[in-house]
Amino acid sequence: MTIAVSILPEQQLAALNAAYRQAVARKRLRLFAGAALFIAALILAAIGAEVNLRTLFTYFGNFVSYFDRILTLDSGQRVWTDPREWLWGWYKWGKLLGETLLISYVGTLIGAVCAFCLNFLAAENTSPAPWLRFLVRRLLEFARTVPGIVFALIFIMAFGLGPMAGVLAIAIHSTGALGKLFAEIVENADMKPVEGVRSTGASWLSCMRFAVLPQVSAGYVSYALLRFEINVRESSVMGFVGAGGIGQELVVAIRKFYYSDVSAILLMIVLTIFVIDITTGWLRARLFGRDARS
Amino acid sequence: MREFEKPDTAALRTKYPDAFERPAAARLATPAMIVAALAVFIFGLNDLGFEPARFIAGLKQLGWITMMMIPPDPGTSLPLYLKALGETLSIALLGTTLAATLALPVSLLAARNIVPPNIIRFPVRRFLDSIRGVDTLIWALVWINVVGLGPFAGVLAIMVSDFGALGKLFSEAIEAADKKQVEGIRASGGNALHEIRFGLMPQVLPVIAGQVLYFIESNTRSASIIGIVGAGGIGLQLAEQIRVLEWQRVSFLVLMILVAVAAIDFISGKLRFAIIGRRAVA
Repeated sequence: MTIAVSILPEQQLAALNAAYRQAVARKRLRLFAGAALFIAALILAAIGAEVNLRTLFTYFGNFVSYFDRILTLDSGQRVWTDPREWLWGWYKWGKLLGETLLISYVGTLIGAVCAFCLNFLAAENTSPAPWLRFLVRRLLEFARTVPGIVFALIFIMAFGLGPMAGVLAIAIHSTGALGKLFAEIVENADMKPVEGVRSTGASWLSCMRFAVLPQVSAGYVSYALLRFEINVRESSVMGFVGAGGIGQELVVAIRKFYYSDVSAILLMIVLTIFVIDITTGWLRARLFGRDARS
Repeated sequence: MREFEKPDTAALRTKYPDAFERPAAARLATPAMIVAALAVFIFGLNDLGFEPARFIAGLKQLGWITMMMIPPDPGTSLPLYLKALGETLSIALLGTTLAATLALPVSLLAARNIVPPNIIRFPVRRFLDSIRGVDTLIWALVWINVVGLGPFAGVLAIMVSDFGALGKLFSEAIEAADKKQVEGIRASGGNALHEIRFGLMPQVLPVIAGQVLYFIESNTRSASIIGIVGAGGIGLQLAEQIRVLEWQRVSFLVLMILVAVAAIDFISGKLRFAIIGRRAVA
């Protein structure tokens, strides 16, 4: 089957072509202006950040050779030729990694419980009073915007050096992050069960317990597991400021140029994070099916 | 009033045995999990040195610190702090842009619909994962060893750590793209590069732009702390003021970070809608 394509007469076509070109030109101009603005911002940022390409090119060799150095043992051999020498501190580091995991576990759990207590107050459909909701929302926002490590620094001054400050910092940060996500789940929940429970004369607390909670608890667990994954990464650096875990050992190794130790500790951290990611991913799939991630 | 019929419990019992007599394993699973979680929690509290006395003393101290923070006051170093904040914003913007530029080509290699063979895709993905597994602060320490103290190390640290995250996100966006446009280009005789440029990029770029803007926003947060290890920006000032117990300045710096993050949030939200239009962000 053939279709005849009608071709317009010249004059009509010329007008249409001109309109098309103008539209394209306008779009290009806008794109160009946007790009120019963006590049100007980048140049400004480059000045602000003291970017020095000469330093980069002079020392870029250092970056490559840094990896060369951290992969070389004191004896001059490659690290993987002698795993026993490379991972000489595996027992100590493994213990510290365990501490890191424990910090993130305890911190995530405290944070999840706090977020659980607060999220019904922060969600639009379940909050008992608007002023309370506003207050809780601002509180959660504050807890989530201030970086965890800043909390850790402040808590170290209050609670002393050690993992306690790290746990509390992670707990506060998780409260903020999870509180927001939890409240969003609650806002998506079906309100009809709540009306049903309320019609029996139940209090606000019973409404939450028997009408909202059964709908949302799976989502809570899923997000809490995701948060645990993120917190493992974060607690691996808590030791930088003295808040416990493997970070302490790593920062010492980097600062004192114990090259092969750096790569050994990094390897152990990355492997641990892999294992945690895979385990929690598997657990989430087991608990809620494949599509629960989104 | 009509009497309700009494339900035939015996018949229901035989019909739905699981609802009346759940197997012991199913009934015990949830409590067992809760007990296990609690046991680990208590072990953790014990192992990490949570003593009630220490906790209460710390809370007292914390309350005292909070009192000392009011009112926030920059003292005489406001210009210095503003400069540090500008440095932080520069680090975030530059680091994210560089990361996105580097991640785009690599993400093509990690996307299933561009590079089918697993032999290439698998190592690329694991490579991105390993980069992502190392925290930004660790990268900052590494770069300080290379280019020295200062914000430039911060830019490079954000660049590397975001390269891992953006590479993964981009490749997911590319995998979610519609195949039909690509097939159209192939049908009209385009080569592989044409397919990517004209079939794929128009679909993927808006999503990518949204993600990059979101990362600039979240990197303002990361960039505000990498100063703690000496990689420039406001974190350096913050850590210093905390160490010398100048609490009024600390609270002022925290407020500055909050305001800056909120402002970036607002701007990037507007920009995201301008770029993506009414389409939902993936």
